[in-house]
Amino acid sequence: MSTVEISRTATRSGRGTTGPGKPVQRRRDRDRASFGTAVLGWGGSLLLFSPVAYMLLKSFQTETDAASPTPKLIFTPTLEHYRGAFGQGFWAYAGNSIAVAVISTIIVLVLALPAAYSLSVRPIAKAQDVLFFFISTKMMPVAAGIVPIYIIAQELNLLNTLPLLIIMHLGLNLPLAVWMLRSFLQEIPIDILEAAAMDGASRTRTMWTIILPLIRPGLWSTALLCCVFSWNEYFYAVNLTTTTSTLPLFMQKFLSFGELYTAQVAAVATVVSIPVVILGWLCQRSLVRGLLFGAVK
Amino acid sequence: MTSTMQPVPVPVVSRQAGMRERWTRRGPLLPALVFTIVLTQIPFLLTIFYSFQNWNLLNGTPRTFAGLDNFRSTVSDDVFWKSIWNTLVLTGVSTIACLALGLLLALTLQKRFPGRGVARTLAITPFFVMPVAVALFWRSAVFDPSFGILGWMTDLIGLGRVNWLSEQPMTAIILITAWRWTPFAMLVLLAGLQAMPDDQLEAAEVDGARWRQQFRYLMLPHLRPFIELSALLLSMNIIQTFGEIALLTAGGPAYATTNITYYVYLRAFNAFDFGTASAYGLVALVLTIALAMPALRLLSGIFQAEGRR
Repeated sequence: MSTVEISRTATRSGRGTTGPGKPVQRRRDRDRASFGTAVLGWGGSLLLFSPVAYMLLKSFQTETDAASPTPKLIFTPTLEHYRGAFGQGFWAYAGNSIAVAVISTIIVLVLALPAAYSLSVRPIAKAQDVLFFFISTKMMPVAAGIVPIYIIAQELNLLNTLPLLIIMHLGLNLPLAVWMLRSFLQEIPIDILEAAAMDGASRTRTMWTIILPLIRPGLWSTALLCCVFSWNEYFYAVNLTTTTSTLPLFMQKFLSFGELYTAQVAAVATVVSIPVVILGWLCQRSLVRGLLFGAVK
Repeated sequence: MTSTMQPVPVPVVSRQAGMRERWTRRGPLLPALVFTIVLTQIPFLLTIFYSFQNWNLLNGTPRTFAGLDNFRSTVSDDVFWKSIWNTLVLTGVSTIACLALGLLLALTLQKRFPGRGVARTLAITPFFVMPVAVALFWRSAVFDPSFGILGWMTDLIGLGRVNWLSEQPMTAIILITAWRWTPFAMLVLLAGLQAMPDDQLEAAEVDGARWRQQFRYLMLPHLRPFIELSALLLSMNIIQTFGEIALLTAGGPAYATTNITYYVYLRAFNAFDFGTASAYGLVALVLTIALAMPALRLLSGIFQAEGRR
């Protein structure tokens, strides 16, 4: 065990960011924002958030208030639209959304974790090429494959079913998950795994008792990000399903309602967005890793 | 980092054992790899095949070989060229807007100030809210001439109630797209700024470099790969914009906001012309590959630099 300790301290001091002393202090000073920068930071963030805030505001208005030509900031709030949000088959669509997101994410992790393992911990030859094949599929436009997918699904009687959406979301998230998990596995010090092998632990055992606990946070944020993308997916949903579908298609129904239902739309939009916004906030730390395919930490 | 990059040493025993060893290494990868190949490459090959077929579900004739007919009609289709142009405008303008705003925001959010965590969290929210839901809400509450907040604003500054979706449809689509993707650019550039080596800035400060000089000669060169990478990833995602167009303008008025993705959708699922839809899909693919190649090269560059560290 002592070799592990030594090598870990060695790498830590090698990075030279956490050591005590003056440089840290100086960095702290430099990192402190001036008043102007702070105002700009807050202002920019609030500006980006303002449409969401406006949506929240509208969702508590009556339709008459919401349709007033001048935006109303002072009004008597009402919960009537939140009560109405759960009608018209909301729960069926919500159930489908949850099922598709959860099932596709579980399958993604089950497939991606072993793949990431053989691309990092015990890498195969040409691991790089395989990795880049995975992202290259993310870069293919969805429009290029939609016609054959529609026809094959029709042949297999899968149109308008959840299994089809689950399969498509697997294709959507699998490359992302492989890259993200690989970047987490990459960070496990090899000494730990060697020590385990030396102690006679089998690979399966090492996986369950050492690797999994170490990458658990990474596993969670990968799962959350996959859920977010699955939840918001619209292109496949609209082209491959009609009645048995996910929440974006439920939202689409409101298109025909027109402008007189602004507050109702705001309430439903808020309800369907809350779960993903919370998931997104929870995984924001490792978000960049996922979005940039683990190239940047 | 170097210690984690080395593969576990493999004791060489015999040829056969080596084979088995190779396959036990490959084994865990295969399910994911095979699945991805089947799901992405087969549709793609079929798209090529269909693009050479005469296949319209509406005229009821059986599928026949069309040769280059679909591509010929693609070239002579004015709407097709318009959709390419729209795709380029939408992608180009939104990407640049996202990068500029994202960089500005990243530079401020990198500094420490009270409530920075909350500010960051608020700033990334647009990236998560369901795009379809937001598009529907914007349709009436932001873009509508009589009830929308933008109409009210243009009225305040004396432009009258602009009907955004019919008078400025592309601007409206760009606005909502840029809003959704700016947080993404911000996150990537923030990661880039945080990976900035400390000692360089310190030395610059000791030498008395001004902020503008630091930015121009230190931060910008360091950020360059991050800016390029986020530009490419942004454009690859924005090129595929579909939901906002479908719900806000339905590609109109007069195809003014029809991009290539939406046009493939119209050909396939409104005109049921699978042959030409496939041909358009292929063109979309070629366009995206033109973007994706530099992206992959750049990513692999960053990736190898990380590995070496």
